[in-house]
Amino acid sequence: MRSLVYALCIAAVVGLAFWAYGEGYETRATEREVAQLEREIGARHQELSMLRAEWAYLNRPDRLHALAEMNFERLGLMPLAPDHFALADQVAYPPPQIVLPIRPRVNAEVLEQEIDGIVVMNHVFGADAEPRMIAPPTLADDGEQLP
Amino acid sequence: MMAWLRSPRRRKTVPTDPFVPVRSTEPRPPVQAPVMVMPRENPEKVRLRAERRLKVTAACFVFGFALVGVKMGAISASEAREPVTGGLSGASIVSARADITDREGRVLATNVMATALYAQPHLMVDSDAAAEGLARIFPDMEAETWKRRFKSGSKFFWLKGNISPEQQQAVFDLGEPGLLFGQREMRVYPNGPIGAHVLGGAQYGAQDVRAAEIKGIAGIEAVFNDFLSDPVHEGAPLRLSLDLSVQTTVERVLDSGMRLMGAKGAAAILMDVHTGEIVSMASLPDFDPNDRPRVAVSGDQADSPLFNRAVQGVYELGSTFKIFTVAQSLDLGLTNAGTMIDTQGPLRFGRHRIRDFHNYGPRLSVTDVIVKSSNVGTARMAIEIGGARQKAFLGSLGFFEPTPVELTEAPGARPIVPARWTEISTMTISYGHGLSASPLHLATAYASLLNGGTRVTPTLLARQGGTPPGPRVVSARVSAEARHMLRQVVTRGTASLAEVEGYQLGGKTGTADKPSPTGGYFDDKTITTFSGVFPSQDPRYVIIVTLDEPQVEAAGEDRRTAGWTAVPIAAEIVRRAAPLLGMRPDFRAEVDTFGAYLTQANARP
Repeated sequence: MRSLVYALCIAAVVGLAFWAYGEGYETRATEREVAQLEREIGARHQELSMLRAEWAYLNRPDRLHALAEMNFERLGLMPLAPDHFALADQVAYPPPQIVLPIRPRVNAEVLEQEIDGIVVMNHVFGADAEPRMIAPPTLADDGEQLP
Repeated sequence: MMAWLRSPRRRKTVPTDPFVPVRSTEPRPPVQAPVMVMPRENPEKVRLRAERRLKVTAACFVFGFALVGVKMGAISASEAREPVTGGLSGASIVSARADITDREGRVLATNVMATALYAQPHLMVDSDAAAEGLARIFPDMEAETWKRRFKSGSKFFWLKGNISPEQQQAVFDLGEPGLLFGQREMRVYPNGPIGAHVLGGAQYGAQDVRAAEIKGIAGIEAVFNDFLSDPVHEGAPLRLSLDLSVQTTVERVLDSGMRLMGAKGAAAILMDVHTGEIVSMASLPDFDPNDRPRVAVSGDQADSPLFNRAVQGVYELGSTFKIFTVAQSLDLGLTNAGTMIDTQGPLRFGRHRIRDFHNYGPRLSVTDVIVKSSNVGTARMAIEIGGARQKAFLGSLGFFEPTPVELTEAPGARPIVPARWTEISTMTISYGHGLSASPLHLATAYASLLNGGTRVTPTLLARQGGTPPGPRVVSARVSAEARHMLRQVVTRGTASLAEVEGYQLGGKTGTADKPSPTGGYFDDKTITTFSGVFPSQDPRYVIIVTLDEPQVEAAGEDRRTAGWTAVPIAAEIVRRAAPLLGMRPDFRAEVDTFGAYLTQANARP
């Protein structure tokens, strides 16, 4: 009887020791993991602040202004002015849908003749002015528009 | 014989002979060993030993309890925190210095990682080749100088505080083990020169191979240096009252206006009338805080781009002061808006003569004194008020001490006040001559006078929640009357170019001749100021525009007065900035009647 108790106690001690060591190792592993995660969070924070700085730099008012000017033809952005405010009453109702009668397709040859008659105009005055093309905005190598 | 020896049997003793002693059969008890009596010890010694033992025990207990006590004290005194694992570099502290943002949270100043280059000559393989390679990469480094320095026996040199990734790669490619890189943070102002005078600038303080301390050297960076570098705030940004888009617009308009008017400098302030928050503060010429110029060692500091004209520039602000005289006169009950004032000029006082720009006839109403900007009329009203009361009133508007705004430059900008407040000072100061103050003083005073009559404190920090109104300067009714007069300056007076449809800008012009350093005044150099408030019936913002030496050819003449120079710029700023501030224009005619001014004044507490 007594030896059985001894054996059980020894087994319990061994088991507890095993468990305690296991917990200890697990704790240390978790600590390492947490430290790893903290380092990662720190690195991500660093990245985030870098990206925020870059965002602020790319959104600096001077650059936005230059971009708005470069793309004026496409976007037509103007500085905000008092007359841009309006009342809800001033918004018109949508116009009634106009159903256009379906016209017969124009013969291709007739179209060709019509297009021939169109003269390309340019906005520079003077008889011998070169035809002028408004250059599209220049693109950088990576496709970004540089002011 | 052996048998006799082997029979030790005891004979049974029989008492036969009474004279023979009988031997007892009982064994004798063993003889007791004599008890050793220890000699008595010296009682004195015993006592001492006991005392020693008690002392040791007591010391053990005291030590134990002290340990417990100290630990308890430490626990109760320290902050309750989660136990940190590992004691690693905290993930929460991102950078050594917090960001600065505008009121909408847009970044005005932040940090990025930078690389510094340093040299350890004793680790170098070929110091001459290294010096030549460095001179190839960095054009400002001379090969000969560095060859000499690398051989001088020193073990450490800083070469560059901040190099680009391309330069870093080029230095790597030199393959020199004695050229090393250090990581550090760098202060960046992504918007360039926008808001430069407010932000100031930063530079490296103590620097090390692994990190470098960033120190603010001017502006808000210097004032909040400790706050920005305090890790307690865990990187929470410093939120300013500036609005980046409004600031950009103001600087852009002011810059084009300054060049159009041929001025050599300009300043503008846009301030919230009720809270004193400075929404925009611009001073031109400006600089890029990323590449802050050095302080000029020669010449006039006021011409340096570092000079903040809005805060440090102390000027005579001219006729913009007239509204203070008139408002005080109304507040004291000496006059009302319709009282006729004698404006017959010139007004002689001793050897001084006060005259008007034009002759406005024998008399004008108080409103018309402001509208037509009559020096003579204002001076007469100031005499009625008296020097002591005038001085007290200007003091209550903050004209005698530096502005409390959060810039390192502010405490140095003390207004120039006459040493003796004589009667002639009273008269000249009533129309803005003889007292020099900064545009920020003027903005604060206008906001205090026109917001319903309570004093505001200028600030560059975004206010959290509502601000309690300051001490009362004038009554709400006088404030409304002053605004109505300023509005009439625009509708039918000297600032007619300031009309902005929908925003009811009201304000006063001021033109002052520049004082010459040799004494007296220049004939052809002026400081022109426009200070206004909009919308006049329900004031929200005060605007100040000051130009230094403007000159413009308009309507066939050379013009140097504020009405032709500062006023159109102020109007354009309001036209562009007010929509950005989310203000809806009001085109109704009835908002411009005096009744609207009074009801708005009463609606406000």
